Amino acid sequence: MRLLGLIARRLIWVPLTLLGLVVLVFMVSHVVPSDPARILAGENATTAQLVALRHEYGFDRPLPVQLLRYIVAVIHGNMGISLYTETPVAGEIWRRLPATMELAFYSMLVAVGLGVPLGVAAALNRNSWFDHVLRVVTVSGLAIAAFWLAILLQLLFSMWLGVTPVQGRISDFGPSGVTGFYTIDAALSGDWSMEIDVLRHLALPVATLSFPAMATIVRFTRAGVIGTLGSFFVDYQRAMGIPRRVTVWRYVLRSALTGTLTQIGLVFGNLLAGAVVVEAVFDWPGLGQFAVNSILQSDYNAILGFTIYVGVMFVAVNLLIDIGQVVLDPRGR
Amino acid sequence: MSLLGRIARDRVALAGLIVIAAIALAAIFAGQLATFPQDVDTYHTAQRLLPPSAVHWFGTNQMGGDIYSRLLFGARITLVTAVIAVAVSVLIGVPMGLVAGYWSGFLGDLLMRISDIFLAVPQIVLAIAIAATLGPQIQNVILALSLTYWPFWARLVYAETRNAKSEIYIEAAIALGASPWRVMVLHILPAIAPSIIIRTSIGLGGTILTASALGFLGLGPPPPSPEWGRMIADARAFLPGAWWYAAAPGIAILILVMAFNLLGDGLRDVLDPRLRRHGSPKGASFD
Repeated sequence: MRLLGLIARRLIWVPLTLLGLVVLVFMVSHVVPSDPARILAGENATTAQLVALRHEYGFDRPLPVQLLRYIVAVIHGNMGISLYTETPVAGEIWRRLPATMELAFYSMLVAVGLGVPLGVAAALNRNSWFDHVLRVVTVSGLAIAAFWLAILLQLLFSMWLGVTPVQGRISDFGPSGVTGFYTIDAALSGDWSMEIDVLRHLALPVATLSFPAMATIVRFTRAGVIGTLGSFFVDYQRAMGIPRRVTVWRYVLRSALTGTLTQIGLVFGNLLAGAVVVEAVFDWPGLGQFAVNSILQSDYNAILGFTIYVGVMFVAVNLLIDIGQVVLDPRGR
Repeated sequence: MSLLGRIARDRVALAGLIVIAAIALAAIFAGQLATFPQDVDTYHTAQRLLPPSAVHWFGTNQMGGDIYSRLLFGARITLVTAVIAVAVSVLIGVPMGLVAGYWSGFLGDLLMRISDIFLAVPQIVLAIAIAATLGPQIQNVILALSLTYWPFWARLVYAETRNAKSEIYIEAAIALGASPWRVMVLHILPAIAPSIIIRTSIGLGGTILTASALGFLGLGPPPPSPEWGRMIADARAFLPGAWWYAAAPGIAILILVMAFNLLGDGLRDVLDPRLRRHGSPKGASFD
């Protein structure tokens, strides 16, 4: 029942929030007076051509009307025409989405897969040298600039040691694929040398992106396990004679894992944010690189389309996580 | 014991505070401490890309500018940007959260929905959109950062105010006839102040990272400004040869942000060790 109530409430608020985001983005784009018709038409357009272009794109309508048209367009998935490529922004975003999703997925996998066990180990061995070393590493992980870490790793592993490629997603042409995830598509097509190539290209970007995420997860997990270890029911279990190992595996981890879902939600936002600069450094052909190139080309339509798109993704993921939390947390029922 | 006294006893907070003070002083006295203060905007390409030496402690960049000196002046940019952006966000968000939390109901809900809109995208994404549209200048970076950070404070203070309102001493104050303003400013605000102070420190660290990312992307103050993020971006073209050029600003960022994080962690232990560990993207709670 609570679950249905949550979903119902969200289904009302989520579209309104996204609508608000579109309005906000529209306002941001119109703060600075610029003439998109002139940008589209180029330097040598005549006045008549500019007037015609403005009419065609609706730039000559009053602002509220433009806003309404923009909202309707966005709902239909049309985020405008790129001022640079003159092709639809939405299409470009769709094409690049799998690259970023693959990067985010593996970074999340590494961050959680390594972070949770490390956090648990640190909590169980509190104040040991391992705990202290891990603490130093996580504190640095949260203080390091992602773009700088990317450059450092690239310098060390690609340029000096030569074990990983400097940039890109793959050396040659990508696998013809179904999922868009090169790791899956290459495996499906049985081309193992391509698979290894893909993994080598993934290594540094994933390492960079997962590092701060892992730091956050280690810290949260450690705090969560320490909190649970001190709780009453754990003492009760010990008093009953249940060995510590069993207690840890069954109960402490379960609480730690419920917290993990929250952490994934928090971390996802940081992953998206980090992806922008990491893709820039590694020339990864995803959404982040799209954003950076659009900045360089002053392609405002593209930047705003990107912002809306990320907003939709972010809100959707948060919604899923909130639902997941209600489902997983028995205390909520 | 005074606040400073308690901070001094916590070694972690003290270390952070000392580092921040050192960097702030270095930034203020950059003109005196820099070995080549004129290198902020002059160039002498005869000395381009020299490795670290006794003359140029961190080497030189592609214009022959001394990196150490430019770092010092860049510290000014970093600190000013972060402090103003966080101050503006706090000054907008905290009162809004207080008012909305106190008179919860429609006003509170409306404020939270507006905050949700801003928080619907990761901060840097919206900041990029704002800074890119407005143009590469330091004021626009500060504006973009403030506009994307105030909702975090509004939500935090809203939730904390609502919690505080249910405390018995607040009820008592209201029952005694204290005006809402009096209750908010004299009673609730001091109760939530520790939480705000801690997150301000950690938030300054996070803002420095976001601001330097914007600088890296070319959205910060234009060249020849010695902004740290832009220095790293410029250094990329000269890798792997001139590694010192990329290393120095990054290490500076790391040290400064770590100092703010450690100060925040230490403040958390000092101000209220029993403080409920709220998780948040800007300041993971931990011990």
